[in-house]
Amino acid sequence: MSAIIKAEHLSFAYQGDEDTAPVQALKDVSFEIEEGSFVAILGHNGCGKSTLAKLLCMILSPDEGRLYINGRDMTAENIEEKDVYDARRRVGMVFQNPDNQLVATIVEEDVAFGCENLGIPSEKIRRRVDEALETVGMTKYARHATHRLSGGQKQRIAIAGVLAMRRKCIIFDESTAMLDPGGRKEVMDTICRLNREEGITVIHITHYMNEATMADRVLVMNEGSVIMDGTPSEVFSRADELWAAGLDVPQTTELLWKMKEAGYNVRLDIFDPEECAMEIARAISEKR
Amino acid sequence: MGKIELQNITYVYGKGAPYEIKALDDVSLTFEEGKIIGLIGHTGSGKSTLVQLLNGLIRPDAGKVLLDGKDIWQEPKKIRDVRFKVGLVMQYPEYQLFDETVWKDIAFGPRNMGMSDEEVKKAVTEAASFAGVKEKHFNKSPFDLSGGQKRRAALAGVIAMRPSVLVLDEPAAGLDPGARRRILTRIKDYQRQSGTTVIIVSHSMEDMAMYCDSVVVMNHGKVTMTGTPAQVFSRADELIAQGLDVPAITKVARALKDEGVDIGLDIYTVNFAAHRLFGGDGIEG
Repeated sequence: MSAIIKAEHLSFAYQGDEDTAPVQALKDVSFEIEEGSFVAILGHNGCGKSTLAKLLCMILSPDEGRLYINGRDMTAENIEEKDVYDARRRVGMVFQNPDNQLVATIVEEDVAFGCENLGIPSEKIRRRVDEALETVGMTKYARHATHRLSGGQKQRIAIAGVLAMRRKCIIFDESTAMLDPGGRKEVMDTICRLNREEGITVIHITHYMNEATMADRVLVMNEGSVIMDGTPSEVFSRADELWAAGLDVPQTTELLWKMKEAGYNVRLDIFDPEECAMEIARAISEKR
Repeated sequence: MGKIELQNITYVYGKGAPYEIKALDDVSLTFEEGKIIGLIGHTGSGKSTLVQLLNGLIRPDAGKVLLDGKDIWQEPKKIRDVRFKVGLVMQYPEYQLFDETVWKDIAFGPRNMGMSDEEVKKAVTEAASFAGVKEKHFNKSPFDLSGGQKRRAALAGVIAMRPSVLVLDEPAAGLDPGARRRILTRIKDYQRQSGTTVIIVSHSMEDMAMYCDSVVVMNHGKVTMTGTPAQVFSRADELIAQGLDVPAITKVARALKDEGVDIGLDIYTVNFAAHRLFGGDGIEG
């Protein structure tokens, strides 16, 4: 496995105007993202998550540090525009608000929009759109009006649009934040399937701790730096640090944590409600 | 003051058109005075339509909305007064800030109500303190505030009208867990101190469980359940069938019962579960 994204000491500041000081949004951030992996990024509002996402898909460029996409240094002096375009074609993004990222009135036209802009021949677009709709499970809505879809369906259409452009890596910037529980599940199921079955590298920014438990790896950000990096089990068992960073842990972990503090011998790294119940039952019988 | 009652409300979008949709179908419901009531339901279940009916933004096709026993549409010309009494904080209210300064923005509602300068000053100061808007921001442009500050300023703008019913559509959407807790705690404190009836629309079952006195569940334009969080979340199967969910902790309680550790199915917060399991921490909410 090779790294599709490699960040070395990235820093970025938003420039202030005359009366305001610049805001240092990212400070010396380094990590690698393996091709085909599923990484969740957590952090409170203003911790630099979205800035990082914008750097990774090259909407912004870093003040300092190096960013490699597919092994190519995007921050090199002699980088050509062609190389940047090429790298942008590997990384796609799905945003938070389902109503702000659909451009066409008909589902299949919306999915085709990105491809049309890339100048892909129309018969190829047809094939890609059909495949993408199939992948997100929206084939039967191909001819439907986009404004009549539910929030979860709209997000899946946005994902299909990115897929049709053959992005190898998709960044989801709080793409589930505005959805109801059913819509959230639809989108998370789609994201997990893209990752496992289609080999798409997924970077999922979220405030929902239970969504982060589905990832292979969790990065926690605070004040512009990465403060934790590990598997969901490793990260969530450090509940006190997460609370200190203005974050939360899944309810299962919180209950196990309280049991541990009450003197029970329990594991903390369990997220599935049924496994959690088994662990609690075991600990209780052990103590009796 | 602050009792809202819906009697046999029906509301239809696109009446007579081929895409006619019955958003609310013969809904009768009483929102208890001086409580925090959570309204849940999947997207398209009729929640937002119901919320818009409460302060007369839309008019029901059939049925009545009663505010403190009086039909709000009895004198349609006076519907504006109802909008002062039933304050609506829409989703992402920070996008609705518009005035030159934070102070002016919060004062906009009270001024429209015809309050004197003295009264406006008092109302704005109080509302700002309830919502957590700091005095040092009063003369700033609302557009120079951070996201969380903007949201609190927008909330203050509605509270400043001293509504007897406060309706909030997803007040914590898009906030991180710490900020969620802070804004919801502020709303709860405000409700306790002012006695206002508060209605919160949310997709977060965990938040509803923590902060609401009662929960109303909607599906396909009808009210399907009402009750305390314990009563509603103990009916997990029905909620899931309606495109909703229960807090993860409620699922743990159900699984525990299968494991032979019965702490009841009416568990909806972690503290409550801990209390039943080993007497830890006490009960919250």
